[in-house]
Amino acid sequence: MTALVIAEHDHTALHSATLNAITAATQTAATVHVLVAGQHAQAVAHAAAQVAGVAQVLHADGPAHAHQLVENLAAQVVALVTAHTQQSGATRYTHIVCPATAAGKALAPRVAALLDVAQVSEVTRVVAPDTFERPIYAGNAIATVHSSDALCVLTVRGTAFAPAAASGGTANVVAIAPVADSGRSRFVSRALSRSERPELTSAKVVVSGGRALGSAEQFQAVLAPLADKLGAALGASRAAVDAGYAANDLQVGQTGKIVAPQLYVACGISGAIQHLAGMKDAKVDVAINKDPEAPIFQLADVGLEADLFAAVPALAAQL
Amino acid sequence: MKILVPIKRVVDHNVKVRVKADGSGVDIANVKMSMNPFDEIAVEAATRLKEQGVATEVVAVSIGPAACQETLRTAMAIGADRAILIEATDEVQPLAVAKLLAALVAQEQPQLVILGKQAIDDDSNQTGQMLAALTGWPQGTFASQLAVDGDVLSVTREVDGGLETVALQLPAVVTTDLRLNEPRYVTLPNIMKAKKKPLATLTPAALGVDTTPRLRTLKVAEPPQRAAGIKVADVAALLPHLKPHQPTTAIA
Repeated sequence: MTALVIAEHDHTALHSATLNAITAATQTAATVHVLVAGQHAQAVAHAAAQVAGVAQVLHADGPAHAHQLVENLAAQVVALVTAHTQQSGATRYTHIVCPATAAGKALAPRVAALLDVAQVSEVTRVVAPDTFERPIYAGNAIATVHSSDALCVLTVRGTAFAPAAASGGTANVVAIAPVADSGRSRFVSRALSRSERPELTSAKVVVSGGRALGSAEQFQAVLAPLADKLGAALGASRAAVDAGYAANDLQVGQTGKIVAPQLYVACGISGAIQHLAGMKDAKVDVAINKDPEAPIFQLADVGLEADLFAAVPALAAQL
Repeated sequence: MKILVPIKRVVDHNVKVRVKADGSGVDIANVKMSMNPFDEIAVEAATRLKEQGVATEVVAVSIGPAACQETLRTAMAIGADRAILIEATDEVQPLAVAKLLAALVAQEQPQLVILGKQAIDDDSNQTGQMLAALTGWPQGTFASQLAVDGDVLSVTREVDGGLETVALQLPAVVTTDLRLNEPRYVTLPNIMKAKKKPLATLTPAALGVDTTPRLRTLKVAEPPQRAAGIKVADVAALLPHLKPHQPTTAIA
Protein backbone atom coordinates (compact mmCIF):
# COMPACT_ATOMS: atom_id res chain seq x y z
CA MET A 1 0.00 0.00 0.00
CA THR A 2 1.50 3.30 -1.10
CA ALA A 3 0.02 6.77 -0.80
CA LEU A 4 0.94 9.64 -3.10
CA VAL A 5 0.71 13.09 -1.51
CA ILE A 6 0.46 16.03 -3.89
CA ALA A 7 2.68 18.78 -2.49
CA GLU A 8 1.41 22.33 -2.29
CA HIS A 9 4.15 24.93 -2.68
CA ASP A 10 5.21 28.21 -4.27
CA HIS A 11 8.28 26.73 -6.08
CA THR A 12 10.55 27.81 -3.23
CA ALA A 13 8.91 26.50 -0.05
CA LEU A 14 6.58 23.69 0.89
CA HIS A 15 3.18 24.89 2.13
CA SER A 16 2.48 23.71 5.67
CA ALA A 17 -0.80 22.08 4.58
CA THR A 18 1.33 19.44 2.84
CA LEU A 19 2.70 18.35 6.23
CA ASN A 20 -0.81 17.69 7.55
CA ALA A 21 -1.62 15.73 4.38
CA ILE A 22 1.53 13.61 4.86
CA THR A 23 0.37 12.68 8.37
CA ALA A 24 -3.01 11.62 6.99
CA ALA A 25 -1.25 9.63 4.26
CA THR A 26 0.87 7.73 6.78
CA GLN A 27 -2.39 6.63 8.43
CA THR A 28 -3.73 5.21 5.17
CA ALA A 29 -0.71 3.41 3.73
CA ALA A 30 2.62 1.93 4.81
CA THR A 31 4.66 3.89 2.27
CA VAL A 32 4.29 7.57 1.43
CA HIS A 33 5.51 9.24 -1.76
CA VAL A 34 5.27 12.97 -2.46
CA LEU A 35 4.84 14.55 -5.88
CA VAL A 36 6.40 17.98 -6.33
CA ALA A 37 5.36 19.50 -9.66
CA GLY A 38 6.76 22.95 -10.30
CA GLN A 39 9.26 25.02 -12.19
CA HIS A 40 12.75 25.38 -10.72
CA ALA A 41 11.30 23.83 -7.58
CA GLN A 42 14.38 21.84 -6.53
CA ALA A 43 14.30 23.47 -3.09
CA VAL A 44 10.75 22.20 -2.54
CA ALA A 45 11.66 18.67 -3.63
CA HIS A 46 14.60 18.79 -1.24
CA ALA A 47 12.37 20.04 1.60
CA ALA A 48 9.79 17.31 0.93
CA ALA A 49 12.55 14.68 1.13
CA GLN A 50 13.39 15.87 4.65
CA VAL A 51 9.84 15.39 5.96
CA ALA A 52 9.57 12.53 8.42
CA GLY A 53 7.66 9.56 7.03
CA VAL A 54 8.29 10.26 3.33
CA ALA A 55 9.91 7.37 1.42
CA GLN A 56 10.30 8.96 -2.00
CA VAL A 57 9.85 12.33 -3.67
CA LEU A 58 8.88 12.46 -7.33
CA HIS A 59 9.91 15.73 -8.87
CA ALA A 60 8.39 16.91 -12.15
CA ASP A 61 9.96 20.19 -13.21
CA GLY A 62 8.89 22.08 -16.30
CA PRO A 63 7.22 25.17 -17.76
CA ALA A 64 3.78 23.50 -17.74
CA HIS A 65 3.91 23.72 -13.94
CA ALA A 66 5.14 27.33 -13.73
CA HIS A 67 1.73 28.56 -12.55
CA GLN A 68 0.42 25.26 -11.23
CA LEU A 69 -2.48 25.14 -13.66
CA VAL A 70 -4.77 22.36 -12.50
CA GLU A 71 -5.23 20.88 -15.98
CA ASN A 72 -1.48 20.21 -16.22
CA LEU A 73 -1.08 19.08 -12.63
CA ALA A 74 -3.95 16.59 -12.95
CA ALA A 75 -2.37 15.20 -16.14
CA GLN A 76 0.94 14.85 -14.28
CA VAL A 77 -0.65 12.91 -11.42
CA VAL A 78 -2.51 10.63 -13.81
CA ALA A 79 0.66 9.99 -15.86
CA LEU A 80 2.55 9.07 -12.71
CA VAL A 81 -0.16 6.79 -11.33
CA THR A 82 -0.65 5.08 -14.69
CA ALA A 83 3.09 4.52 -15.15
CA HIS A 84 3.32 2.95 -11.71
CA THR A 85 0.40 0.65 -12.43
CA GLN A 86 1.86 -0.51 -15.75
CA GLN A 87 5.50 -1.06 -14.78
CA SER A 88 6.00 -4.59 -13.57
CA GLY A 89 7.09 -4.71 -9.97
CA ALA A 90 6.50 -1.03 -9.43
CA THR A 91 4.53 0.27 -6.50
CA ARG A 92 0.85 0.52 -7.17
CA TYR A 93 -0.65 3.59 -5.58
CA THR A 94 -3.58 2.86 -3.30
CA HIS A 95 -4.18 6.45 -2.17
CA ILE A 96 -3.79 9.94 -3.57
CA VAL A 97 -3.88 12.54 -0.80
CA CYS A 98 -4.29 16.30 -1.28
CA PRO A 99 -4.70 18.95 1.39
CA ALA A 100 -8.28 20.32 1.43
CA THR A 101 -7.07 23.74 0.29
CA ALA A 102 -8.38 25.70 -2.71
CA ALA A 103 -5.70 24.05 -4.87
CA GLY A 104 -6.29 20.56 -3.48
CA LYS A 105 -10.05 20.83 -3.88
CA ALA A 106 -9.66 21.91 -7.50
CA LEU A 107 -7.24 19.07 -8.25
CA ALA A 108 -8.46 15.93 -6.44
CA PRO A 109 -11.86 15.51 -8.16
CA ARG A 110 -10.29 16.08 -11.58
CA VAL A 111 -7.71 13.37 -10.90
CA ALA A 112 -10.33 10.99 -9.49
CA ALA A 113 -12.60 11.31 -12.52
CA LEU A 114 -9.69 10.85 -14.93
CA LEU A 115 -8.91 7.59 -13.11
CA ASP A 116 -12.61 6.63 -12.85
CA VAL A 117 -12.68 6.45 -9.07
CA ALA A 118 -14.70 8.24 -6.41
CA GLN A 119 -13.23 11.05 -4.33
CA VAL A 120 -13.66 11.55 -0.60
CA SER A 121 -13.63 15.22 0.45
CA GLU A 122 -12.47 16.90 3.67
CA VAL A 123 -11.48 13.73 5.48
CA THR A 124 -11.23 14.36 9.23
CA ARG A 125 -10.28 10.84 10.35
CA VAL A 126 -8.85 7.71 8.79
CA VAL A 127 -10.83 4.80 10.23
CA ALA A 128 -9.26 2.15 7.97
CA PRO A 129 -7.34 2.37 4.67
CA ASP A 130 -10.66 2.33 2.78
CA THR A 131 -12.90 3.96 5.43
CA PHE A 132 -12.96 7.62 6.37
CA GLU A 133 -14.88 10.13 8.44
CA ARG A 134 -15.97 13.41 6.89
CA PRO A 135 -18.36 16.17 7.92
CA ILE A 136 -21.56 16.74 5.94
CA TYR A 137 -24.33 19.35 6.25
CA ALA A 138 -21.95 22.08 7.42
CA GLY A 139 -20.51 19.80 10.06
CA ASN A 140 -23.90 19.06 11.63
CA ALA A 141 -23.33 15.38 10.92
CA ILE A 142 -20.25 13.19 10.56
CA ALA A 143 -20.44 10.48 7.90
CA THR A 144 -18.29 7.36 7.90
CA VAL A 145 -17.79 6.35 4.27
CA HIS A 146 -16.28 3.22 2.76
CA SER A 147 -14.77 3.24 -0.72
CA SER A 148 -15.05 0.20 -2.97
CA ASP A 149 -12.46 1.54 -5.43
CA ALA A 150 -8.92 0.12 -5.57
CA LEU A 151 -7.58 3.67 -5.39
CA CYS A 152 -8.85 6.23 -2.88
CA VAL A 153 -8.49 9.90 -3.81
CA LEU A 154 -8.79 12.07 -0.70
CA THR A 155 -8.68 15.68 0.33
CA VAL A 156 -7.85 15.94 4.01
CA ARG A 157 -8.73 18.71 6.43
CA GLY A 158 -5.51 20.19 7.81
CA THR A 159 -6.92 20.97 11.25
CA ALA A 160 -7.75 17.29 11.80
CA PHE A 161 -4.19 15.98 11.32
CA ALA A 162 -1.07 17.15 13.14
CA PRO A 163 1.70 18.31 10.78
CA ALA A 164 4.46 15.79 10.03
CA ALA A 165 7.91 16.83 11.26
CA ALA A 166 9.60 18.90 8.56
CA SER A 167 12.96 17.27 9.26
CA GLY A 168 14.28 13.84 10.05
CA GLY A 169 13.29 12.22 6.78
CA THR A 170 15.78 10.79 4.31
CA ALA A 171 13.77 10.21 1.15
CA ASN A 172 15.43 10.10 -2.23
CA VAL A 173 14.34 12.50 -4.95
CA VAL A 174 13.52 10.96 -8.32
CA ALA A 175 13.11 13.25 -11.33
CA ILE A 176 10.18 12.37 -13.57
CA ALA A 177 9.33 13.78 -16.99
CA PRO A 178 7.08 16.83 -16.77
CA VAL A 179 3.89 16.82 -18.85
CA ALA A 180 3.43 19.24 -21.74
CA ASP A 181 1.09 22.21 -21.36
CA SER A 182 -2.56 21.36 -22.13
CA GLY A 183 -2.97 24.49 -24.21
CA ARG A 184 -6.49 24.86 -22.83
CA SER A 185 -5.81 27.20 -19.93
CA ARG A 186 -3.46 30.09 -19.30
CA PHE A 187 -2.39 31.89 -16.15
CA VAL A 188 -3.18 35.62 -16.26
CA SER A 189 -2.56 37.12 -12.83
CA ARG A 190 -2.62 36.57 -9.11
CA ALA A 191 -3.52 39.15 -6.47
CA LEU A 192 -2.50 37.77 -3.10
CA SER A 193 -3.06 39.73 0.06
CA ARG A 194 0.19 40.41 1.87
CA SER A 195 0.01 40.07 5.60
CA GLU A 196 2.48 39.97 8.45
CA ARG A 197 -0.04 37.99 10.44
CA PRO A 198 0.00 34.22 10.87
CA GLU A 199 -1.72 32.15 8.21
CA LEU A 200 -5.42 31.82 9.07
CA THR A 201 -5.85 28.04 8.93
CA SER A 202 -2.80 27.27 11.06
CA ALA A 203 -2.88 30.28 13.44
CA LYS A 204 -2.98 29.61 17.19
CA VAL A 205 -5.26 32.59 17.76
CA VAL A 206 -7.88 34.02 15.39
CA VAL A 207 -9.70 37.31 15.86
CA SER A 208 -12.76 37.32 13.64
CA GLY A 209 -15.26 40.03 12.75
CA GLY A 210 -18.79 40.16 11.41
CA ARG A 211 -21.11 42.58 9.70
CA ALA A 212 -21.46 44.58 12.93
CA LEU A 213 -18.05 46.13 12.17
CA GLY A 214 -19.83 48.34 9.64
CA SER A 215 -17.00 49.15 7.22
CA ALA A 216 -13.64 47.93 5.96
CA GLU A 217 -11.94 50.79 7.83
CA GLN A 218 -13.58 49.92 11.14
CA PHE A 219 -12.92 46.21 10.58
CA GLN A 220 -9.19 46.99 10.55
CA ALA A 221 -9.23 49.82 13.10
CA VAL A 222 -11.16 47.85 15.73
CA LEU A 223 -9.84 44.32 15.24
CA ALA A 224 -6.20 44.85 14.25
CA PRO A 225 -5.00 46.18 17.64
CA LEU A 226 -6.49 43.15 19.44
CA ALA A 227 -5.06 40.78 16.82
CA ASP A 228 -1.67 42.46 17.25
CA LYS A 229 -1.72 41.95 21.01
CA LEU A 230 -2.66 38.29 20.61
CA GLY A 231 -0.37 37.59 17.64
CA ALA A 232 -3.54 36.49 15.88
CA ALA A 233 -4.71 35.94 12.33
CA LEU A 234 -7.75 37.91 11.21
CA GLY A 235 -10.88 36.09 10.11
CA ALA A 236 -14.33 37.18 9.00
CA SER A 237 -17.88 35.98 8.63
CA ARG A 238 -19.42 35.61 5.20
CA ALA A 239 -21.57 38.67 5.86
CA ALA A 240 -18.46 40.79 6.48
CA VAL A 241 -16.78 39.49 3.32
CA ASP A 242 -19.89 39.96 1.17
CA ALA A 243 -20.18 43.53 2.48
CA GLY A 244 -16.59 44.18 1.41
CA TYR A 245 -15.23 44.71 4.94
CA ALA A 246 -12.70 41.89 4.59
CA ALA A 247 -10.96 40.01 1.77
CA ASN A 248 -12.50 36.76 0.51
CA ASP A 249 -9.60 34.68 1.78
CA LEU A 250 -10.45 35.66 5.38
CA GLN A 251 -13.86 33.98 5.28
CA VAL A 252 -14.29 31.32 7.95
CA GLY A 253 -17.08 28.82 7.45
CA GLN A 254 -18.61 25.85 5.67
CA THR A 255 -17.44 26.99 2.27
CA GLY A 256 -14.53 29.15 3.38
CA LYS A 257 -11.60 28.40 5.65
CA ILE A 258 -11.83 25.81 8.40
CA VAL A 259 -9.89 26.85 11.50
CA ALA A 260 -9.16 25.12 14.80
CA PRO A 261 -7.07 27.57 16.81
CA GLN A 262 -6.36 27.50 20.54
CA LEU A 263 -8.43 30.69 20.84
CA TYR A 264 -11.11 32.11 18.54
CA VAL A 265 -12.48 35.56 19.34
CA ALA A 266 -15.71 36.23 17.44
CA CYS A 267 -16.53 39.95 17.42
CA GLY A 268 -19.97 41.00 16.23
CA ILE A 269 -20.63 37.62 14.61
CA SER A 270 -24.16 36.32 15.15
CA GLY A 271 -23.18 32.71 14.44
CA ALA A 272 -24.98 31.34 11.38
CA ILE A 273 -24.57 27.54 11.15
CA GLN A 274 -22.42 28.04 8.07
CA HIS A 275 -19.97 30.14 10.11
CA LEU A 276 -19.98 27.79 13.10
CA ALA A 277 -19.01 24.96 10.73
CA GLY A 278 -15.70 26.73 10.16
CA MET A 279 -14.68 27.41 13.76
CA LYS A 280 -16.39 25.02 16.14
CA ASP A 281 -13.21 22.99 16.58
CA ALA A 282 -11.53 25.96 18.26
CA LYS A 283 -10.20 25.02 21.69
CA VAL A 284 -11.58 28.12 23.37
CA ASP A 285 -14.25 30.17 21.69
CA VAL A 286 -14.87 33.70 22.94
CA ALA A 287 -17.84 35.67 21.62
CA ILE A 288 -18.44 39.39 21.95
CA ASN A 289 -21.86 40.48 20.76
CA LYS A 290 -24.41 43.00 21.95
CA ASP A 291 -27.34 40.77 20.97
CA PRO A 292 -28.05 38.41 23.88
CA GLU A 293 -29.97 36.13 21.52
CA ALA A 294 -27.07 35.67 19.07
CA PRO A 295 -26.64 31.94 18.34
CA ILE A 296 -22.87 32.27 18.78
CA PHE A 297 -23.45 32.43 22.56
CA GLN A 298 -24.81 28.87 22.53
CA LEU A 299 -21.45 27.60 21.30
CA ALA A 300 -19.09 30.05 23.00
CA ASP A 301 -17.02 28.93 25.98
CA VAL A 302 -16.92 32.51 27.18
CA GLY A 303 -19.45 35.11 26.09
CA LEU A 304 -19.44 38.83 26.68
CA GLU A 305 -22.65 40.67 25.94
CA ALA A 306 -21.34 44.12 25.01
CA ASP A 307 -20.92 46.63 22.24
CA LEU A 308 -17.83 45.48 20.38
CA PHE A 309 -16.81 49.07 19.57
CA ALA A 310 -16.26 49.63 23.30
CA ALA A 311 -15.23 46.15 24.43
CA VAL A 312 -12.67 45.24 21.76
CA PRO A 313 -10.52 48.39 22.07
CA ALA A 314 -10.73 48.08 25.88
CA LEU A 315 -9.48 44.49 25.67
CA ALA A 316 -6.64 45.46 23.37
CA ALA A 317 -5.65 48.29 25.70
CA GLN A 318 -5.56 46.06 28.75
CA LEU A 319 -3.68 43.11 27.27
CA MET B 1 -23.36 30.24 -27.16
CA LYS B 2 -25.36 27.69 -25.21
CA ILE B 3 -24.85 27.42 -21.43
CA LEU B 4 -25.73 24.33 -19.42
CA VAL B 5 -26.46 24.93 -15.73
CA PRO B 6 -26.67 21.82 -13.52
CA ILE B 7 -28.59 22.46 -10.30
CA LYS B 8 -29.22 20.38 -7.17
CA ARG B 9 -32.24 20.28 -4.90
CA VAL B 10 -30.99 20.31 -1.30
CA VAL B 11 -32.21 20.88 2.25
CA ASP B 12 -32.69 24.63 2.63
CA HIS B 13 -29.65 26.41 4.06
CA ASN B 14 -31.64 27.69 7.04
CA VAL B 15 -32.60 24.19 8.19
CA LYS B 16 -30.46 22.61 10.88
CA VAL B 17 -30.63 18.91 10.06
CA ARG B 18 -30.93 16.16 12.66
CA VAL B 19 -29.13 12.87 12.54
CA LYS B 20 -31.48 9.87 12.54
CA ALA B 21 -31.45 7.86 15.74
CA ASP B 22 -30.38 4.68 13.91
CA GLY B 23 -27.32 6.45 12.42
CA SER B 24 -28.40 5.69 8.85
CA GLY B 25 -28.40 9.30 7.71
CA VAL B 26 -29.97 12.67 8.40
CA ASP B 27 -33.71 13.13 8.68
CA ILE B 28 -34.88 15.09 5.65
CA ALA B 29 -38.54 14.07 5.78
CA ASN B 30 -40.80 17.14 5.77
CA VAL B 31 -37.96 19.68 5.79
CA LYS B 32 -37.89 22.64 3.45
CA MET B 33 -36.00 21.98 0.21
CA SER B 34 -34.45 24.64 -2.04
CA MET B 35 -32.03 25.08 -4.87
CA ASN B 36 -28.43 24.74 -3.68
CA PRO B 37 -27.38 28.40 -3.10
CA PHE B 38 -24.22 28.08 -5.22
CA ASP B 39 -26.33 26.72 -8.10
CA GLU B 40 -28.66 29.70 -7.80
CA ILE B 41 -25.58 31.88 -8.34
CA ALA B 42 -24.77 29.73 -11.40
CA VAL B 43 -28.25 30.24 -12.88
CA GLU B 44 -27.96 33.98 -12.25
CA ALA B 45 -24.50 34.10 -13.91
CA ALA B 46 -25.75 32.27 -17.00
CA THR B 47 -28.85 34.49 -17.18
CA ARG B 48 -26.70 37.62 -17.01
CA LEU B 49 -24.50 36.32 -19.84
CA LYS B 50 -27.66 35.86 -21.90
CA GLU B 51 -28.88 39.34 -21.03
CA GLN B 52 -25.50 40.70 -22.10
CA GLY B 53 -25.94 39.00 -25.49
CA VAL B 54 -23.01 36.62 -24.87
CA ALA B 55 -25.18 33.52 -24.46
CA THR B 56 -28.08 32.56 -26.70
CA GLU B 57 -29.65 29.82 -24.61
CA VAL B 58 -29.53 28.73 -20.96
CA VAL B 59 -30.47 25.12 -20.20
CA ALA B 60 -30.96 24.02 -16.59
CA VAL B 61 -30.52 20.36 -15.67
CA SER B 62 -31.12 18.51 -12.43
CA ILE B 63 -30.63 14.90 -11.38
CA GLY B 64 -32.95 13.40 -8.80
CA PRO B 65 -36.57 12.57 -8.04
CA ALA B 66 -39.61 14.14 -9.73
CA ALA B 67 -39.70 16.86 -7.05
CA CYS B 68 -36.64 18.41 -8.74
CA GLN B 69 -39.05 19.75 -11.35
CA GLU B 70 -39.96 22.44 -8.83
CA THR B 71 -36.29 23.43 -8.53
CA LEU B 72 -35.98 23.49 -12.33
CA ARG B 73 -39.03 25.77 -12.52
CA THR B 74 -37.26 28.14 -10.12
CA ALA B 75 -34.22 28.13 -12.44
CA MET B 76 -36.50 28.99 -15.36
CA ALA B 77 -38.12 31.76 -13.30
CA ILE B 78 -34.65 33.26 -12.79
CA GLY B 79 -33.94 33.06 -16.51
CA ALA B 80 -33.20 29.57 -17.88
CA ASP B 81 -34.94 28.97 -21.21
CA ARG B 82 -35.68 25.29 -20.74
CA ALA B 83 -34.94 22.46 -18.39
CA ILE B 84 -34.04 18.79 -18.32
CA LEU B 85 -34.70 16.42 -15.45
CA ILE B 86 -32.62 13.25 -15.33
CA GLU B 87 -34.91 11.25 -13.13
CA ALA B 88 -33.22 9.10 -10.50
CA THR B 89 -34.70 7.98 -7.22
CA ASP B 90 -31.60 6.37 -5.73
CA GLU B 91 -28.52 8.22 -4.48
CA VAL B 92 -26.37 9.54 -7.34
CA GLN B 93 -22.82 10.35 -6.23
CA PRO B 94 -20.64 13.10 -7.74
CA LEU B 95 -18.74 10.82 -10.17
CA ALA B 96 -22.01 9.44 -11.54
CA VAL B 97 -23.49 12.96 -11.70
CA ALA B 98 -20.45 14.06 -13.71
CA LYS B 99 -20.85 11.09 -16.06
CA LEU B 100 -24.54 11.90 -16.61
CA LEU B 101 -23.65 15.54 -17.28
CA ALA B 102 -20.85 14.53 -19.65
CA ALA B 103 -23.34 12.40 -21.60
CA LEU B 104 -25.74 15.34 -21.70
CA VAL B 105 -22.94 17.67 -22.81
CA ALA B 106 -22.29 15.32 -25.75
CA GLN B 107 -25.98 15.63 -26.74
CA GLU B 108 -26.51 19.32 -26.08
CA GLN B 109 -23.08 20.62 -27.13
CA PRO B 110 -22.93 23.66 -24.81
CA GLN B 111 -19.90 25.93 -24.92
CA LEU B 112 -19.99 26.56 -21.21
CA VAL B 113 -21.19 24.70 -18.12
CA ILE B 114 -21.69 26.78 -14.97
CA LEU B 115 -22.47 25.05 -11.68
CA GLY B 116 -22.14 25.62 -7.95
CA LYS B 117 -18.76 24.85 -6.41
CA GLN B 118 -20.32 22.75 -3.68
CA ALA B 119 -23.70 21.40 -2.62
CA ILE B 120 -24.51 22.33 0.95
CA ASP B 121 -25.80 18.86 1.83
CA ASP B 122 -22.89 16.51 1.12
CA ASP B 123 -20.32 19.34 0.95
CA SER B 124 -18.33 17.38 -1.64
CA ASN B 125 -17.11 20.13 -3.98
CA GLN B 126 -16.38 17.63 -6.79
CA THR B 127 -18.90 17.58 -9.62
CA GLY B 128 -17.62 20.50 -11.73
CA GLN B 129 -14.01 19.33 -11.60
CA MET B 130 -15.07 15.78 -12.47
CA LEU B 131 -17.17 16.96 -15.41
CA ALA B 132 -14.20 18.99 -16.67
CA ALA B 133 -12.03 15.87 -16.43
CA LEU B 134 -14.50 13.67 -18.29
CA THR B 135 -15.02 16.20 -21.10
CA GLY B 136 -11.33 17.11 -21.27
CA TRP B 137 -12.30 20.76 -20.79
CA PRO B 138 -10.42 23.33 -18.71
CA GLN B 139 -11.98 24.30 -15.38
CA GLY B 140 -12.43 27.61 -13.60
CA THR B 141 -13.29 26.66 -10.02
CA PHE B 142 -14.49 29.01 -7.23
CA ALA B 143 -15.23 31.85 -9.68
CA SER B 144 -15.89 35.36 -8.40
CA GLN B 145 -15.81 37.05 -11.83
CA LEU B 146 -16.38 35.93 -15.43
CA ALA B 147 -15.75 37.60 -18.78
CA VAL B 148 -16.12 36.10 -22.24
CA ASP B 149 -13.98 37.40 -25.09
CA GLY B 150 -14.49 35.42 -28.29
CA ASP B 151 -13.60 31.83 -27.52
CA VAL B 152 -11.68 32.69 -24.37
CA LEU B 153 -13.24 32.84 -20.92
CA SER B 154 -11.50 34.86 -18.24
CA VAL B 155 -12.21 33.53 -14.74
CA THR B 156 -11.19 35.23 -11.50
CA ARG B 157 -10.94 32.57 -8.82
CA GLU B 158 -11.11 32.76 -5.03
CA VAL B 159 -7.96 30.96 -3.88
CA ASP B 160 -6.18 30.68 -0.53
CA GLY B 161 -4.50 34.01 0.03
CA GLY B 162 -6.46 36.07 -2.49
CA LEU B 163 -7.56 35.98 -6.11
CA GLU B 164 -6.20 34.35 -9.26
CA THR B 165 -7.23 34.98 -12.85
CA VAL B 166 -6.96 32.33 -15.56
CA ALA B 167 -7.92 32.41 -19.24
CA LEU B 168 -9.71 29.27 -20.40
CA GLN B 169 -10.19 28.10 -23.96
CA LEU B 170 -13.92 27.45 -24.51
CA PRO B 171 -15.66 25.07 -24.08
CA ALA B 172 -15.06 25.11 -20.34
CA VAL B 173 -16.53 24.34 -16.92
CA VAL B 174 -16.97 27.04 -14.27
CA THR B 175 -17.89 26.53 -10.60
CA THR B 176 -19.31 29.49 -8.71
CA ASP B 177 -18.22 31.03 -5.45
CA LEU B 178 -20.29 33.33 -3.25
CA ARG B 179 -19.05 36.62 -4.62
CA LEU B 180 -19.83 35.97 -8.30
CA ASN B 181 -23.23 37.66 -8.04
CA GLU B 182 -26.30 38.11 -5.90
CA PRO B 183 -29.16 36.14 -7.47
CA ARG B 184 -32.28 38.16 -8.27
CA TYR B 185 -35.58 37.61 -6.53
CA VAL B 186 -37.95 35.71 -8.74
CA THR B 187 -41.06 37.70 -9.54
CA LEU B 188 -44.58 36.36 -9.86
CA PRO B 189 -44.82 37.11 -13.62
CA ASN B 190 -41.57 35.21 -14.15
CA ILE B 191 -42.83 32.27 -12.08
CA MET B 192 -45.93 32.19 -14.31
CA LYS B 193 -43.79 32.39 -17.46
CA ALA B 194 -41.55 29.59 -16.17
CA LYS B 195 -44.54 27.26 -15.96
CA LYS B 196 -44.87 27.45 -19.73
CA LYS B 197 -41.22 26.80 -20.51
CA PRO B 198 -40.31 23.30 -21.76
CA LEU B 199 -39.15 20.67 -19.26
CA ALA B 200 -37.92 17.37 -20.69
CA THR B 201 -37.28 14.19 -18.72
CA LEU B 202 -34.46 11.71 -19.30
CA THR B 203 -33.18 8.66 -17.43
CA PRO B 204 -29.63 7.54 -16.58
CA ALA B 205 -30.26 4.42 -18.68
CA ALA B 206 -31.19 6.51 -21.71
CA LEU B 207 -27.86 8.32 -21.32
CA GLY B 208 -26.05 5.01 -20.95
CA VAL B 209 -24.61 5.79 -17.55
CA ASP B 210 -24.18 3.36 -14.66
CA THR B 211 -24.90 5.29 -11.46
CA THR B 212 -23.98 2.55 -8.97
CA PRO B 213 -22.44 4.31 -5.93
CA ARG B 214 -18.72 3.75 -5.31
CA LEU B 215 -18.90 5.03 -1.76
CA ARG B 216 -21.01 3.42 0.91
CA THR B 217 -22.05 5.39 3.99
CA LEU B 218 -21.54 3.09 6.96
CA LYS B 219 -23.02 5.47 9.49
CA VAL B 220 -23.89 9.08 10.17
CA ALA B 221 -23.32 10.44 13.66
CA GLU B 222 -23.83 13.66 15.57
CA PRO B 223 -20.66 15.73 15.85
CA PRO B 224 -19.17 15.96 19.36
CA GLN B 225 -21.12 18.53 21.36
CA ARG B 226 -19.41 21.34 23.19
CA ALA B 227 -20.02 21.76 26.89
CA ALA B 228 -22.09 24.81 27.80
CA GLY B 229 -20.04 27.95 28.22
CA ILE B 230 -20.20 30.86 30.61
CA LYS B 231 -21.06 34.53 30.22
CA VAL B 232 -18.89 37.16 31.78
CA ALA B 233 -20.09 40.56 32.93
CA ASP B 234 -17.45 42.88 31.53
CA VAL B 235 -14.09 43.31 29.80
CA ALA B 236 -12.18 42.89 33.05
CA ALA B 237 -13.75 39.46 33.56
CA LEU B 238 -12.96 38.45 29.99
CA LEU B 239 -9.28 39.39 30.17
CA PRO B 240 -8.13 36.31 32.15
CA HIS B 241 -9.51 34.11 29.35
CA LEU B 242 -7.41 35.85 26.70
CA LYS B 243 -4.18 36.53 28.58
CA PRO B 244 -2.88 32.92 28.56
CA HIS B 245 -2.95 33.02 24.76
CA GLN B 246 -0.95 36.22 24.50
CA PRO B 247 2.48 35.62 22.96
CA THR B 248 5.40 36.74 25.07
CA THR B 249 6.57 38.99 22.26
CA ALA B 250 3.49 40.47 20.67
CA ILE B 251 3.61 41.85 17.15
CA ALA B 252 4.28 45.58 17.50
